[in-house]
Amino acid sequence: MTKKPLLLLILDILCLVLVAVAAYLALVYAPMEVTMGNVQRVFYFHVANAWVGMLGFIAAGVAGIAYLRTHDVKWDIVEEAAVEISLVFFLIAIVLGSIWARPVWNTWWTWEPRLTTAAITEMIYLAYFMLRGGIEDPGRRARFSAVYTLVGSISVPITFMAIRFFRTIHPVVIGTQSAAAQGGFNMTPHMKVAFFFSLLAFTVVFIDLFWHRIRLGHLSNQVEDLKQKVME
Amino acid sequence: MAERAVTTKKSGNFIQAVLAIAWKDLAAELRSRELISAMLVFAMLVILIFNFALKLDARTRMTATSGILWVTFTFAGTLGLNRSMAVEKDRGCLDGLLLAPVDRASIYFGKLLSNLAFMVIMEVIVLPLYSLLYNINLFIPGLLLVILLGSLGYIGIGTLLAAMAVQTRTRDVMLPILLFPVVIPVVVAAVEASSGLLQGLEWSEISYWINILLAYDVIFIAIAFMVFDYVVEE
Repeated sequence: MTKKPLLLLILDILCLVLVAVAAYLALVYAPMEVTMGNVQRVFYFHVANAWVGMLGFIAAGVAGIAYLRTHDVKWDIVEEAAVEISLVFFLIAIVLGSIWARPVWNTWWTWEPRLTTAAITEMIYLAYFMLRGGIEDPGRRARFSAVYTLVGSISVPITFMAIRFFRTIHPVVIGTQSAAAQGGFNMTPHMKVAFFFSLLAFTVVFIDLFWHRIRLGHLSNQVEDLKQKVME
Repeated sequence: MAERAVTTKKSGNFIQAVLAIAWKDLAAELRSRELISAMLVFAMLVILIFNFALKLDARTRMTATSGILWVTFTFAGTLGLNRSMAVEKDRGCLDGLLLAPVDRASIYFGKLLSNLAFMVIMEVIVLPLYSLLYNINLFIPGLLLVILLGSLGYIGIGTLLAAMAVQTRTRDVMLPILLFPVVIPVVVAAVEASSGLLQGLEWSEISYWINILLAYDVIFIAIAFMVFDYVVEE
């Protein structure tokens, strides 16, 4: 079994430090927002997680295309890792968004374009894992996953564009239409610091978890190979 | 089944293969009629359930009609796609098709044509029945175009995903799970366009949705036929 690279260990520690600092900045350092109060602090981690989820989404799409072109199994591992961690990051973003929405929009959820697209993306990820779970042959599993990732990556932006038009011509019954991320409030310099630092911290967390998950995928494949050899 | 002479032109061969595959499915269906009857009965049952699930007074009916129609078409379409692909796999037809000296993409287009035909036949029967049952005139030309474009997008991506789903362990269940999240733009655009046409809205508002349907159809049929090879190869 290959030993964990030193760089990865350093990255692990760096992640812990960065997230701790980001938490301090978001919860203590940043000033309280005038209209929304303390619940606005959720926004720092919420946007960071959503952004990182997006990164994972794009990485999965690229890895899928790369696998179809090269048939190199390492791209399949990268793709599965990207989808898995993106699933979790998006989930965190959705939950944090919900927590923010309850006091501000007076509802846990609304079928607004971004939320709806996030929900659909999560469904596509879940479908992805159900697909993988239903196929025994590794080659076929990798090919089908890559095809589905490709189809999903193209469908989600189209969905977003379609829904955005749909929802803007119908009135929104509960709450307001402008969300904080659209500049609904102006960020003071202190807030900007907290915001960008959170973004940085979670990008590093993304890289760290991505690397760990890819390693895990490689090790898992090695175990499968060994199993095959023993059974022969 | 009439034998067709094989021409030396490559494009001619492709189109012949597509038509042959589509004709095979249609001919088989003409004899057994199991697919269409299953889709039809299912569609009628869905409409029946909606009648009790949503209390549709005359006013609500106008706005809910397009949604109900598309839910019905979506679910019945899944049935058709599943059966169509399962039959190929179970009888070994797919292996036979793969051995034939034709472009793999022609298998995709052949299946696309036959699946689309089945779905359109089902819709053509459901529409007048719905009109009768709910006393709504559904014979607006624009509406028929929207239904055709929506069905094309649905079947376009559905044929590819059905070919994948039928090779997994949880066959029939897998197709809706894979298909529905990905086909949402079609559903959104088709429902909005249908609803707009039924309410007699301005063309400029409806044309946006029709453009989305067209774009979706083109993009996804292109993607599907490019990757179909990877899905059926051994």
